Amino acid sequence: MAVTNTAIVADGLRKSFGDVHAVNGISLEVPTGTVLGLLGVNGAGKTTIVRMLTTVLKPDAGHGIVNGLDVVEHAQSVRRSIGLAGQYAAVDENLTGRENLTLVGQLTHLSRAVARRRAVELLDQFQLSDAADRPARTYSGGMRRRLDLGAALVAHPPVLFLDEPTTGLDPASRLALWDVIENLVSDGTTVLLTTQYLEEADRLADNIVVINEGEIAAQGTVSQLKATLGDTVIELQLHNESEAEAAAVALRTTTSAGVIVRVTMASGPATLRDTLNALAAAGITPMHVALREPTLDDVFLDLTTRNLASGAAQ
Amino acid sequence: MSVDVRMSADGFGWAAKDTLALMKRNLITIVRLPQLLVFSSIQPIIFVLMFRYVFGGAIHIPGWRYVDYLMPGIFAQTVAFGAINTAVGLAEDKNKGLLERLRSLPMSRSAVLGGRTLADVVRNVLVIVLITVVGFAVGFRAHNGVLPFIGGLAILLLFGFALAWLFALIGLSVSNGEAAQAAAFPFLAPLVFASNAFVDPSSMPGPLKWWAKHQPVSATIDAMRVGVHGGPLTHTFVVAILWSVGIIAVLAPLAVARYRKS
Repeated sequence: MAVTNTAIVADGLRKSFGDVHAVNGISLEVPTGTVLGLLGVNGAGKTTIVRMLTTVLKPDAGHGIVNGLDVVEHAQSVRRSIGLAGQYAAVDENLTGRENLTLVGQLTHLSRAVARRRAVELLDQFQLSDAADRPARTYSGGMRRRLDLGAALVAHPPVLFLDEPTTGLDPASRLALWDVIENLVSDGTTVLLTTQYLEEADRLADNIVVINEGEIAAQGTVSQLKATLGDTVIELQLHNESEAEAAAVALRTTTSAGVIVRVTMASGPATLRDTLNALAAAGITPMHVALREPTLDDVFLDLTTRNLASGAAQ
Repeated sequence: MSVDVRMSADGFGWAAKDTLALMKRNLITIVRLPQLLVFSSIQPIIFVLMFRYVFGGAIHIPGWRYVDYLMPGIFAQTVAFGAINTAVGLAEDKNKGLLERLRSLPMSRSAVLGGRTLADVVRNVLVIVLITVVGFAVGFRAHNGVLPFIGGLAILLLFGFALAWLFALIGLSVSNGEAAQAAAFPFLAPLVFASNAFVDPSSMPGPLKWWAKHQPVSATIDAMRVGVHGGPLTHTFVVAILWSVGIIAVLAPLAVARYRKS
């Protein structure tokens, strides 16, 4: 394995399915030992990026480098140093948890004894020991995801790809899985995580890349992305959507969603005074006004609104 | 970062080990879901009883007891319809994302299909034993000795293995198990029913007769019939084996290419 400070590199990755440009020139880097959150809505191209970087899908153009090795030219070597888990990686429902993990161990070319021992360790680590000898089809959603994650970890991969690891899980299972992932990261594993949950990226990721329609819409650390929105957000709740639209027009530099209008306080409390004055001039009285810290939600909303605006201008 | 000690073996050794590991996985499924085996055996048993007792009396094959003529046809039909399992199983593995995981592992690229098709050979052995018992119970006898009979069944197993590659290709080309089931039937009907399985093709109209006499299912059944009843053993065995080997030589690389690509 080549020694390198960058565990994952994507350089101009492209993939089309027929006329659909699923991934349209994505370049990113994940420093060794860090977590990159790939954030985007369904269909943004996140899974296609993961499939190319995990050697499952060949890119149309561009390169993927994992642990210093090209994912196309040295696919088999790359496979030895990665783990893949998430919505599209799966376990065999008819095999028990133990059999699933042992099978993956054997296919990763561990000796039978080592594969068995590793399965026991992982079942224990993911609190599946009691269910170890039950077919996976009897597992709950959370247990299946834990088994799936365990299967990705059989060979102690230094690089882990997690494709929407908590999609469809109940809140308690999600929190439990986050703990597991945080433990892996603290042991030095490099993680590329895709998610459509801003909260998940906020909690787990060091760096975030926002993907929209196969392209990078924004990137940076969580705090950098939040900083683009200023220190504080004014959130105005209006009585109905048409009033919210009128307020958005009156305030110009805002983002709106339903009956909520958001204004970033770029110039301190003066912004709040100006905002309320502008609304008063337009004859609008908000139902509720709140001041709060910006979240990734605001970043995302801001980006998508900007994209809509630039789309409308073209 | 801890690094596990991996066993040493060459590329071919790994391909064989990976294939065996996945074959075992597929066989476990058969054991865990015995209804699959039971249901795939009920249909041929009904066919045995129906053709033996309902239609059999009206079908006259010169020089044959009909039950001896029928059973090789039933064996071939059972193995051919059983091959649908290959398509359904692979399509489901694809649909559930299991193939995605296997593709991300440093394993042999041909093992997924090899493990599946070989597991189906084992399943066919079980089903054939069962149908043989049923056949003997309704009066079927191997008149040409045990070895030619076993030889005929071995040729049938080879043919089942060849068909499994056809159905592997179908399974990889559709999106789920139900689609695989639907896609498989149009391939099976002309192979199984437009054949010499139940009647003598001499009574069929021109082009159909030619097809029914020469297509691979009929060739395989001919070999089994010679095994049961006597006849030009070397010629029929060689023709049947060539069919299966030819099918494997063409379709196995296509199926593996399809697996690599999709």
